[in-house]
Amino acid sequence: MEPRYHSVILDEDKCKGCTNCIKRCPTEAIRVRNGRAFILTERCIDCGECIRICENHAKRAIGDDLDQAISFPYRVALPAPSLYAQFRRELTPKDLNKALIRLGFHEVAEVAAAAELTTVAIREYLKDLDRLPKPMISSACPVVVRLIQMKYPTLIPHLIPVEAPYITAARLAREKVCRERGLRPEEVGLFFLAPCPAKITEVKTDTGQVPLINGVIPISSVYGRLQQAMAHIDEDCSDGGSTTTGVGVGWARTGGENIALAQENVLAVDGIHNVLELLEEIELEHLTDVDYIEALACPNGCVGGALTVENRFVARVKIRKLAEKLDDSRIPDAVVEEGKRLYAAGKLTQKEELRPKAVLQLDNNLADAIRKMGELEEILAELPGMDCGSCGAPTCRSLAEDIVLGRAQRADCVFILREQINTLAQELLLLAKKRPQALKED
Amino acid sequence: MIQRFPVAGEDFSAAGEASSKIKNILRQVGEDAELIRRVCIAAYEAEMNLVIHAGGGEMILKLDTDMVEVIAQDRGPGIPDVELAMQEGYSTASDLAREMGFGAGMGMANMKRCASEMLIDTEVGKGTTVTLRFKTGKN
Ligand SMILES: Nc1ncnc2c1ncn2[C@@H]1O[C@H](COP(=O)(O)OP(=O)(O)OP(=O)(O)O)[C@@H](O)[C@H]1O
Ligand code: SF4
Ligand SMILES: [Mg+2]
Repeated sequence: MEPRYHSVILDEDKCKGCTNCIKRCPTEAIRVRNGRAFILTERCIDCGECIRICENHAKRAIGDDLDQAISFPYRVALPAPSLYAQFRRELTPKDLNKALIRLGFHEVAEVAAAAELTTVAIREYLKDLDRLPKPMISSACPVVVRLIQMKYPTLIPHLIPVEAPYITAARLAREKVCRERGLRPEEVGLFFLAPCPAKITEVKTDTGQVPLINGVIPISSVYGRLQQAMAHIDEDCSDGGSTTTGVGVGWARTGGENIALAQENVLAVDGIHNVLELLEEIELEHLTDVDYIEALACPNGCVGGALTVENRFVARVKIRKLAEKLDDSRIPDAVVEEGKRLYAAGKLTQKEELRPKAVLQLDNNLADAIRKMGELEEILAELPGMDCGSCGAPTCRSLAEDIVLGRAQRADCVFILREQINTLAQELLLLAKKRPQALKED
Repeated sequence: MIQRFPVAGEDFSAAGEASSKIKNILRQVGEDAELIRRVCIAAYEAEMNLVIHAGGGEMILKLDTDMVEVIAQDRGPGIPDVELAMQEGYSTASDLAREMGFGAGMGMANMKRCASEMLIDTEVGKGTTVTLRFKTGKN
């Protein structure tokens, strides 16, 4: 299996080899080996659960730096909607835009504003409901998309093929800047201020000629400098040039996308383990009376992203209040028209078809895989079924799998090891009782 | 490869676990996704019938390179009129089962729709064995 890039990494010095993360990982992608956690790259979907759970802060995401933007003659910031909820002070998109300009960006392309175009595109796509598999599933969260590719490939046709808001924001921003300023595409640096490792990965694995987005800066790493810049924005004479309404801002938390869509028969789910449960139901055709599902990997939605700063419950309330203040009841007519025009021109839909990612299987050859599965079940029957994690695998079943795949051995199970030691000890005892011939009495 | 999964009767909290395990096995073996989907829908219906109508039983998964077989076996009341039971909409589900959202009388029809072959062996007072066969590869 080819290892692939992912942004979540382990800081070896901080890892104590506890088993919290292996238990929490939704794709069973982590093992503990030699007292350190270890990520099976091909299985990681960058959901950030391990970052959230690790008390030693040994898991983190590698993103880009604000300073990397400097090398571009013209710099554009793309703030994720969740960014509006990160600060203690109440703030508006205008305030944030001003602070971003103070950090050295020439322009801001609001992802929230793009989310309104995304909303229009989804509404257009859903107009043809009769010929669509039900329910359709939002593709805004890259973790959910990857989870489906890996574990629920039959649900790929359910994913709505509309680009996520930040991608649309980037595409339109580059076009606009080049057109208005007469710049070449490579002179424009687009930097996305992101709430999650999954989006970093998504951008980094993009293989386009001019990368659609030049860098992804974790919200948590730019937060301090934004805070400082924020202190001076009242001195600015610009008005911050914001175009987003409450509809786009609302996307930052669970339910916001559905509010924006204003459709009946919709449902929202958040938290990766809840998402898993719901996808199982969808695959069993139990939810065919639902039209659309907003599914987000993080608890409370993107405000709960692993790279955010503010408490996610507080942030959720802040987003709701800000959205209401900016009016989240309707998208302005001009934006709807623009959205329809772009949709008709194919500019809001995904360019590449999604493919299944078969990383869970025991062997590429079906006969061999079935044989290995038989072995796996046999080994599993010998294991104690405690799922204690001491072997470094999240469950007895995953240890059995690792043994079959040659990644572990039976004695990694502490119970089996104890038994083996026990047997050995008894053999030793027997040996010890044997007296040398010379000492034998008769 | 053969694998057996016990299913408890009237236990709605654990219901669906056997089919879910079957699904994970098929996924790990690398069966075709569309095949897995059909097997799981049918297996789930068969499992629920064990829970609701038969007081529990056993699910058996048999794996071969050209065939996936799922067998639901019970020592329940048996089915007096199989043809009737196969009809969409026919159900004898209890009020409790209906409250839980079952009893539309669609289970058997769904199994038939998903499987390549479906065999029912039943005797009143003795029990029922439903065999679901799925041919692998393109059909
Ligand atoms: N294993 C079984 N033992 C005894 N009777 C059964 C068994 N399986 C099915 N039946 C009978 O066949 C009928 C039809 O089954 P079917 O699965 O199609 O519908 P249902 O279980 O009643 O409702 P649904 O599956 O839609 O929830 C049942 O109501 C029951 O009378
Ligand atoms: S819910 Fe939002 S923040 Fe969390 S992984 Fe998905 S896109 Fe990223
Ligand atoms: Mg039924």
